[in-house]
Amino acid sequence: MASAMASRTIRLRPGADLDGFRAAVRHLVADEIPPEAVTWAEGDAPSLFPDEPAAGPAAPALALPRAVATLVPAVLMHRDPERHGLLHRLIWRVAQGERHLAEVASDPLVHRLHLMRKAVGRDLHKMHAFLRFRWVGAGDGSGEGSRERFAAWFEPEHHILAEAAPFFAARFPSFDWSILTPDGSAQWDGRTLSFGPPGRREDVPEHDAFEAGWTDYYASTFNPARTNLAAMRAEMPKKYWHNMPETAAIPGLVRAAGQRVGAMIERAPEAPVKRVPARALAAMAAQEPASLEALNAIIRASEPLVPGATQAVLGEGRPGAAIAFVGEQPGDQEDLQGRPFVGPAGQLLSRALREAGIARRDAYLTNAVKHFKFEARGKRRIHQKPTAGEVAHYRWWLDRELAFVAPRLVVALGATAVLALSGRQVPITRARGPSDFGGKPFRGFVTVHPSYLLRLPDEARDEAYAGFVDDLRRAASLAADLAPSGAG
Amino acid sequence: MDDALKKKLTILADAAKYDASCASSGAPKRKAEAGGLGSTTGAGICHAYTPDGRCVSLLKILLTNYCLFDCAYCVNRRSSNVRRARFSVDEVVTLTVEFYKRNYIEGLFLSSGIIRSPDHTMEQLIRVAKTLRQRHGFRGYIHLKTIPEASPWLIEQAGLYADRLSINLELPTEASLERLAPEKDGAAIQTAMGQMGERILQAKEEKRRFAPAGQSTQVIVGADASTDESLIRTSARLYDHYGLKRIYYSAFSPIPDAASILPSQSPPLQREHRLYQADWLMRYYEFSPDDVAGATESGMLALDVDPKLAWALRNRDRFPVDVNRADREMLLRVPGLGVRAVDKIVAARRHATLRLDDVARLTSGLKRARPFLVAADYAPTRLTDRLDLRARLAEPPRQLSLF
Repeated sequence: MASAMASRTIRLRPGADLDGFRAAVRHLVADEIPPEAVTWAEGDAPSLFPDEPAAGPAAPALALPRAVATLVPAVLMHRDPERHGLLHRLIWRVAQGERHLAEVASDPLVHRLHLMRKAVGRDLHKMHAFLRFRWVGAGDGSGEGSRERFAAWFEPEHHILAEAAPFFAARFPSFDWSILTPDGSAQWDGRTLSFGPPGRREDVPEHDAFEAGWTDYYASTFNPARTNLAAMRAEMPKKYWHNMPETAAIPGLVRAAGQRVGAMIERAPEAPVKRVPARALAAMAAQEPASLEALNAIIRASEPLVPGATQAVLGEGRPGAAIAFVGEQPGDQEDLQGRPFVGPAGQLLSRALREAGIARRDAYLTNAVKHFKFEARGKRRIHQKPTAGEVAHYRWWLDRELAFVAPRLVVALGATAVLALSGRQVPITRARGPSDFGGKPFRGFVTVHPSYLLRLPDEARDEAYAGFVDDLRRAASLAADLAPSGAG
Repeated sequence: MDDALKKKLTILADAAKYDASCASSGAPKRKAEAGGLGSTTGAGICHAYTPDGRCVSLLKILLTNYCLFDCAYCVNRRSSNVRRARFSVDEVVTLTVEFYKRNYIEGLFLSSGIIRSPDHTMEQLIRVAKTLRQRHGFRGYIHLKTIPEASPWLIEQAGLYADRLSINLELPTEASLERLAPEKDGAAIQTAMGQMGERILQAKEEKRRFAPAGQSTQVIVGADASTDESLIRTSARLYDHYGLKRIYYSAFSPIPDAASILPSQSPPLQREHRLYQADWLMRYYEFSPDDVAGATESGMLALDVDPKLAWALRNRDRFPVDVNRADREMLLRVPGLGVRAVDKIVAARRHATLRLDDVARLTSGLKRARPFLVAADYAPTRLTDRLDLRARLAEPPRQLSLF
């Protein structure tokens, strides 16, 4: 039996030596050496036992269940000197046939390893949370110019520096920083993260210009009526306090808390010093845009809700126009010129309007979405259809815009316009013709978007164009029927 | 940091602290770009804890505590005599960036008193968020308070920059709102929540960025006569209709210069704690609002036992539950067993038969769980029939002492 073999001592680098541990365990498993026969040692101190000579060729890799493979690196970061032996026992039992052992959290060994992993995870989390940088300088002027430099001193409980540091590199790439710990240090120069020898607390500046303000903030955000020191200490154990500047405020806050609360409870309500600002209150409610111009000013000043546009393209035409046309969104030309329906589709619309007997200058033209959305392909900007959500972003404006214009008839050009006006996705083939857009205060009419005609093959275009002009004629006569004298 | 700015910070942090929300969770994982600043981790990070045991994760401040509204429960109402201050947009941006660079915070939680008009106020909040994102390449967490009385298109803008949006319901009934917050309009609050909920959902489906950490709200506990049952039913409706990520329950706390129509007393912290537990039962333990209501006494949750234990004591015929056989849903009903313990039990019992000692290693709540479960070597001897079971399991009354 293997346990009859002589004991072995395995020496690993101090800290979390994953490579060393992995290589050693492969040998131990290959040689069927049980955990009782192994002594683990860390660092350069001489051992009581003669070291095993390094085995010749590398032992074969072990196929470990995922639950084990993820547990090993985490537990190796723990400071407990027994961690190697415990992990070896786990791997030994798994290799002996207990394949699912790491899933049995109730097993005493697994339970202990899980607690170790949890302690490491907590230490990592607390390092990310409680480490405090101090400003060191504004760069040495060479090379990168004025990159700022920051430094921090931290004392982790476990061997977590290498695991913890990438978090800071992802978060703070734009300045140089060092993190010094009693076990080692980490440096970031804007490009690479490197690790070095242990640091000293004195190597970090003693103060920072924002610490007093931060401590004031910490003190102000505390509610004395809820004082609960046990809850604070459970989450922020005292061992971390001496590296956190704000904790200096704690004793004073706790001392004064009772008296502050008592004073608040006992104090009789005071009469307000200020009188009711009636005029300001009345003015507060009057914030709705009062005119189309005011609404347009708001739209012009707003950030695009679809990404990329040069400017907002506003509606064009006369308030009070009998017919309003609603398209999808501005295209490339519209985006550059800041006017609706001036590109190829707009020119086609103008022609069709003429043929249908509608004067463009007497109508009102606008789009459901006020900004151009596109995909850049080389120098070309390819139109992209707005999503339903993006159309919904713009509906508030369209509704108010049409309320100001108050047309008798609104013509929806294409499916996006129908969606914007009715809130529903309807295929144009089904919706084409008169519509009430599901209860809008104006009559409606649905037809295709002129850009649809441009995309048709030549042989189909003429017929479709004729149908489009027909639609516009029908819309015009519908609008005429709706004129006040004939509407009744 | 100069003294004037420090003084403003003190006033405007003090004015913001009655908002319980502090979470920096729910945002997708992000990293800073080369010249930028900030990241998000998903779960959020608490960078410090104040002596009230609460987490300091975000720089939680008001842009200003001048306010035209006169909500009785609020320290910043226009009739209060507190000191007033007002930050500029740039001051908030500087504080956020400099605090962030020193690893004090995960980001910003910005709210404001209503000045000039709801739209003007909302625009200022948006400007801060936009400046952080666009000028500083800030990828950290931003939570913006939404002013429900602001125009709807401003909500559409806020979601472009914020991770989380919130509107505080504050009072669960229309009647209380009318009495204590005369300028607030319950219908406007619900409409705005509905609008945000819809937009957040759509953006998620379309893989666009719009308030990716969702929306939350806060309800004040103990400022009016609402029962726990009505609070819980309100919460269930909000989670259901508006897809809220979180509801915060905030025990009404004495404030400096309180209004005369409000109770002057210590905050009902234990009640707040029980409401959070009940809320968790609905979100993570598959309890329905009716289940929770069934655990109350005249609509109020017990203070001496947690709501899950209260439910179990009322439904003793459902116990004991066999840890080696019962389905997950029933294990979740066992007092003292949390979601993680239940998941570990379910995983472990596939490969082993669990004895009481094994269960003890999987939960810290075995004392409460024992009378309600069966293990391979253990069955409670008619414990669930004992009349004194509640007294044996109740927590000793918690001294709400300050020290």
